[in-house]
Amino acid sequence: MIPELGNFAAMLALCLAAGQAVIPMAGAYYRNQLWMGLARPLAAGIWVFLLLSFACLAYAFMHDDFSVAYVARNSNSLLPVYYKFAAVWGAHEGSLLLWVLILSTWAYAVSLLSRDLPLDILARVLSVMGLVLVGFLMFMLFTSNPFERMLLNTPAEGTDLNPLLQDFGLIVHPPFLYMGYVGFSVAFAFAIAALLTGRLDAAWARWTRPWTNAAWAFLTVGIALGSWWAYYELGWGGWWFWDPVENVSFMPWLIGTALIHSLAVTEKRGVFKSWTVLLAIAAFSLSLLGAFIVRSGVITSVHAFAVDPERGLVLLALLLVIIGGSLFLYALRAPVVKGTASYAGYSREIFLLVNNVILVVATAMILLGTLFPLIHEAIYGEANRVSIGPPYFNTLFLPLMAMLAFALGIGTYSRWKRTSVQYLWQQLSKVLFASVALGIVLPLLITGEVNFGVMLALVLALWIVLGIANDLWHKTANKPSRVKALVELGRSYWGMQLAHFGMAVIMCGICFTSNHSVEEDVRMAPGDSMSIGSYEFTFDGVVERSGPNYVADSATIQVTKNGEKYLTMHPEKRRYLATGAVQTEADIRVGLFRDLFTALGDPRGDGSWVVRIHYKPFVFWIWFGAFLMACGGVLAVLDKRYRKLRVRDGKAATAAPIPAGTAEA
Amino acid sequence: MIPMQSARKQKLLIVLFILLGTAVTVGLLLYAFNQGLNVFFTPTEIADGKVQPQQNIRIGGMVKMGSLVREGLEGTRIEFITTDFNQEVPVVYSGPLPDLFREGQGVVAEGQLDENGVFHANQILAKHDENYMSAEVKAALDAAEQHKAGAAVENGAAEATEATEKGILQ
Repeated sequence: MIPELGNFAAMLALCLAAGQAVIPMAGAYYRNQLWMGLARPLAAGIWVFLLLSFACLAYAFMHDDFSVAYVARNSNSLLPVYYKFAAVWGAHEGSLLLWVLILSTWAYAVSLLSRDLPLDILARVLSVMGLVLVGFLMFMLFTSNPFERMLLNTPAEGTDLNPLLQDFGLIVHPPFLYMGYVGFSVAFAFAIAALLTGRLDAAWARWTRPWTNAAWAFLTVGIALGSWWAYYELGWGGWWFWDPVENVSFMPWLIGTALIHSLAVTEKRGVFKSWTVLLAIAAFSLSLLGAFIVRSGVITSVHAFAVDPERGLVLLALLLVIIGGSLFLYALRAPVVKGTASYAGYSREIFLLVNNVILVVATAMILLGTLFPLIHEAIYGEANRVSIGPPYFNTLFLPLMAMLAFALGIGTYSRWKRTSVQYLWQQLSKVLFASVALGIVLPLLITGEVNFGVMLALVLALWIVLGIANDLWHKTANKPSRVKALVELGRSYWGMQLAHFGMAVIMCGICFTSNHSVEEDVRMAPGDSMSIGSYEFTFDGVVERSGPNYVADSATIQVTKNGEKYLTMHPEKRRYLATGAVQTEADIRVGLFRDLFTALGDPRGDGSWVVRIHYKPFVFWIWFGAFLMACGGVLAVLDKRYRKLRVRDGKAATAAPIPAGTAEA
Repeated sequence: MIPMQSARKQKLLIVLFILLGTAVTVGLLLYAFNQGLNVFFTPTEIADGKVQPQQNIRIGGMVKMGSLVREGLEGTRIEFITTDFNQEVPVVYSGPLPDLFREGQGVVAEGQLDENGVFHANQILAKHDENYMSAEVKAALDAAEQHKAGAAVENGAAEATEATEKGILQ
């Protein structure tokens, strides 16, 4: 009964979404207030029904309703209750329900928080989101319905959730990631609305910016959580593999980052307009491409279509309609939204353009590397497979990021329209010398070795950090109270600096952990010990232990630091009872300056095991930096000027509506 | 700002700049591809002499039943034989084995062949690349199938349908 209710609620949501896609848009076109006015209640209705639908599926999981095929495949009565809930989005069908729920949540949020938005723009924005929702709801209901029943031969027990997913990471990672992916649909919808009306001005950029920042912040956290999950749950201590699945989440992030910066130019200076629109379309398109690549299994092999031809093809068709349609509209209407202001060399516009070019090039090279095996296979046939490994990505990505970091330092100091070289030199010469000197001397003092990569990364990180510090110092120099002046700098400014600081933190984390990690795979018999720096690891053997739905070989490793007892670690090898799947659980002790990582390999006779022991300096900084970046994004969303100016923009737009279809100069 | 030059000169500069940029990009791209590209070979292709020693490649096939030696070797070394039921390639590897590594199951290894035809793996893929492996191994087995009507392909097929989507997470 409950699953049918969920199914029915999803169908109702589909009907409402169809209405949402058509009625307000038609209303905006025919200037019918009533039709446009339906946008808000429809958004609320869709959200309520999808929430109900989601709750029904969650109920089925909580009550072990194995007559629902999806539950039977992804749950088990022994599964702890929090994993039962997280299992709702643990596989394709349910995660698609989460996807549409989040899409409707964004639409509902837009309808709630845009009281001052002119009704015709709101109607168009919500209609575009409704259209996307219709596509994905149909895809879910007709090809991947999570409520499908197996009433005739209901299994007595579920197959169990994939052990890799039985982890806190699964509970939080997908919702954040989807909030990010799907959040770009708002910027996308605003972009389409702008193309339709030809209205793209500072007010438009101000409406779009907070939504883009919010989505970007979510995506940042989502990717960081994914990387963290890979680090400890996959068990082997890596944190980024340039795996296709990682790449497809990273590309929308890079383009989203470019979009945030380009929106700033569009708001402040009224240029880069059509470019901004293109980025907004690209960010959401890449999110969709990610969903397609991941869900169709196409990256594994073109033959994944044969495994599930319906799903892959429907998704591809959906993708083509949304991306193709929006690009077609862009081709027709982009000239209408062209910018007019001028700017000269060494202006902030130019540096933001450099930022955009670098980020887009980085995205392009990741896209090429990710899709290349597919293209190669399509051309040369199945027998000639290739794969693109991390060296490709590192060779191209790292130099690009170095350029980005360097440009960032100058960009934040440059002014709109035009900045003189003398001004930049006067502001930045000290920062430049200090960062170069410190970046070269510090690694020499601490490690005593000359490592060009470490020095370059540290110089660039210091370049950013000292640049920020210098800027804060100068901005508050002539104020009576420096503390008060710091507060008055505004949330947008602080958001920007915090995010940039986060990038410097990530750079330090990546460079130190890549260059100074100690990674040892050793065979240890009980009583054996090995040392890394001041730490000594002693293997005390393996005992069997049982958990709620698994049995584990649990090792005990005593760690001493400088000869004193420090801590005890218990890496495990778990065997899950329902499926017999084996899962390595690493034991990681997180620290601000180093992580200690131990994982249990396989037994090698006489009670000896292969043990992986890592000493990873500064690895925590990678995720901490990402967290700072996301905080920066949130802070920028909360800037007061969006609220103050929104009222004014809204009034201006209502007072002088621009007839649909006419160009704005 | 640079003093204004004649329009033609400026255009020429821009064109040269674009050409230079493209050349550098293409050069870098080719270099990077060279670094990162791993071509996949099946045991049959290796037996046919298609692979030079010390070349970075990926190989894939089934772990031959009863071929895994993990005890009594020095350090963390293991040895096993990978097969496509037509030809076999011995593999040596040092390190912990992935959780999904089993005799009679598919495996993909990255590394180099030595002069004696032994494959030295730097990496055994069986987990993070679960989907990858199934497809590549399946292709390897299909190729061997064409070579010689062999048995026991069910293994590969079953694995391909298993499709435990790591993807679902994203």
